[in-house]
Amino acid sequence: MKEDTLAKTFDAAASKRRCRKFRRRILDISQTVSALHAAGAFSCLEIVDSIYFGLMQRDDEGRLTDTFLLSKGHGSLAQYVVLEELGILPREELDNFCKPGCILGTHPDFGIPGIEAATGSLGHGLPITVGMALADKVQGIDRTVYVVLSDGELQEGSVWEAMMIAPTLGIKNLVAVVDLNDFQSLGRTSETHPNFYPVLDKVSAFGWETVEVDGHDQQAIFDAVSSRLGGAPMMVIARTVKGKGVSYMENVPIWHYRSPSPEEYQQALLELAGEEEA
Amino acid sequence: MRDTFARTLYQVAKKRSNVFIVVADISPAGSMAPFREEFPDHFINVGVAEQTMISLCAGLALRGCTAFAYTIATFSIYRPFEQVRIDLCYQNLPVTVVGIGGGVSYSTLGGTHHAQEDIAVVGAIPNMAVIAPCDPLETEAATWVCAERNGPTYLRLGKAGEPNLTGDAPEPFEFGKVRKIKEGRDVCIIAYGPIMKMAFEVAEKLERDEQRSVAIYSAHTVKPLDTAGIKRILDNFETVAVVEEHSVRGSLGGQVKQLAWDVRANCKLLTFSLRDEFIHQFGSQRDMWTAHGLTPEIIYDAIVAGS
Repeated sequence: MKEDTLAKTFDAAASKRRCRKFRRRILDISQTVSALHAAGAFSCLEIVDSIYFGLMQRDDEGRLTDTFLLSKGHGSLAQYVVLEELGILPREELDNFCKPGCILGTHPDFGIPGIEAATGSLGHGLPITVGMALADKVQGIDRTVYVVLSDGELQEGSVWEAMMIAPTLGIKNLVAVVDLNDFQSLGRTSETHPNFYPVLDKVSAFGWETVEVDGHDQQAIFDAVSSRLGGAPMMVIARTVKGKGVSYMENVPIWHYRSPSPEEYQQALLELAGEEEA
Repeated sequence: MRDTFARTLYQVAKKRSNVFIVVADISPAGSMAPFREEFPDHFINVGVAEQTMISLCAGLALRGCTAFAYTIATFSIYRPFEQVRIDLCYQNLPVTVVGIGGGVSYSTLGGTHHAQEDIAVVGAIPNMAVIAPCDPLETEAATWVCAERNGPTYLRLGKAGEPNLTGDAPEPFEFGKVRKIKEGRDVCIIAYGPIMKMAFEVAEKLERDEQRSVAIYSAHTVKPLDTAGIKRILDNFETVAVVEEHSVRGSLGGQVKQLAWDVRANCKLLTFSLRDEFIHQFGSQRDMWTAHGLTPEIIYDAIVAGS
């Protein structure tokens, strides 16, 4: 394990401040387009932030050397705002999200700075990252691959194909995080697929190291991953709230896709400001 | 072709680093042994999991590796179609999808194993190249091309112990070019894949019984198609026949007809392909061709009648 090289000094308070800023940024962007997946981005913001700012290795010049892939591509704004913060994506591109001439659309496109593969169709990310992790393992490259999946995405058979083969291939340098927000487009995942739960047991049965955490608790995510045993690929089941941080968005399916009206936007900003003071 | 592919891949791996073959519980068994012995970490069996076979290859390619995905033709593209489309073609990654037993090679296994519209389906995806060699010699050349290409390729192979037909070919194998493999003046037969041997049978009979001089061209690279080369053939021969082991839908024959219209070709143009239907029969590969209306006699008679 390379725990020694991890940023032991992960600052969860700074992460909370960043995530509030990220939510405001996403809300600002929401006012420039008719639709975006704000709620799905809000549910995985703390996950994405703690991976980029806490877990991923950097070289001596501060450049990221680990790999991150957002398999739930519809949560792209969560990644775009982090990449903007890191200076990997320019501000103008986020300002022009989904506009003609802009490189950023609803789903991350291949070839964009910071984007490792085109996602948006669910069930592709995990097997792609298994391939990346395998290449690194065979070539003896010390690099960890992080991938974030949605819970609805776990209904794709390809995810389970990859889950079955990854431990068999001896892959250990792969950490998958499931954004378990209990929602898919048409309703609660726990209602459409009640037998899917508990998820953790099923993933463990496939030979993965597993842990369940509060997906909005950055320190918990960081601690769970950085203290992993490392004898198998890891899957973190991160319990989250879809639309987290804005009361009227939380657990309300329409916000999978809708942009807030100007009034709703103002209310959301007030709520985030209130959270900051509290 | 299958064994030649395996042997060639071994040579490729000896020459280039980071060559992987990812199979889905199907492998060119014995002939793969040297590769597996020397590069055990580079032979990956994902099991009966074709979607993961393709996506895993994409991941390898994203890390700079040269990856070959390998299974029966039907399973290599129909089952993981979206993985082929997005992970390989949309991202334009250097991965070769090897479809073993293209066409109706799996003649006793039934319609579930017939890849009769595979080229139409996979060829419709941007960035995808399609190579269908006619014999082991072309398979060797094609495997090297696949390893060196900077994009995705569908390599459609036969599996029935095909004979070498191109040993005396007047022109070399070149990716993206139709290739003259037999000289002739009057009639030209264009074909690709294992059904090439039927082209030779038809040519032999035309030369013997009708005193017609017959050229044969291998259109091994079905995509990108050598349109300039096809146009030259349409210009230079009084009769052109396209013979292929593929559905009439999305066929080479259809593309040649389109080109013939574009250049106002004056030649007689005949096309022979598999029918746009599922057949429920068993037997040899040749029996399957016959069931689809493809026999040397039918092609011979049509050329004689049409000339």
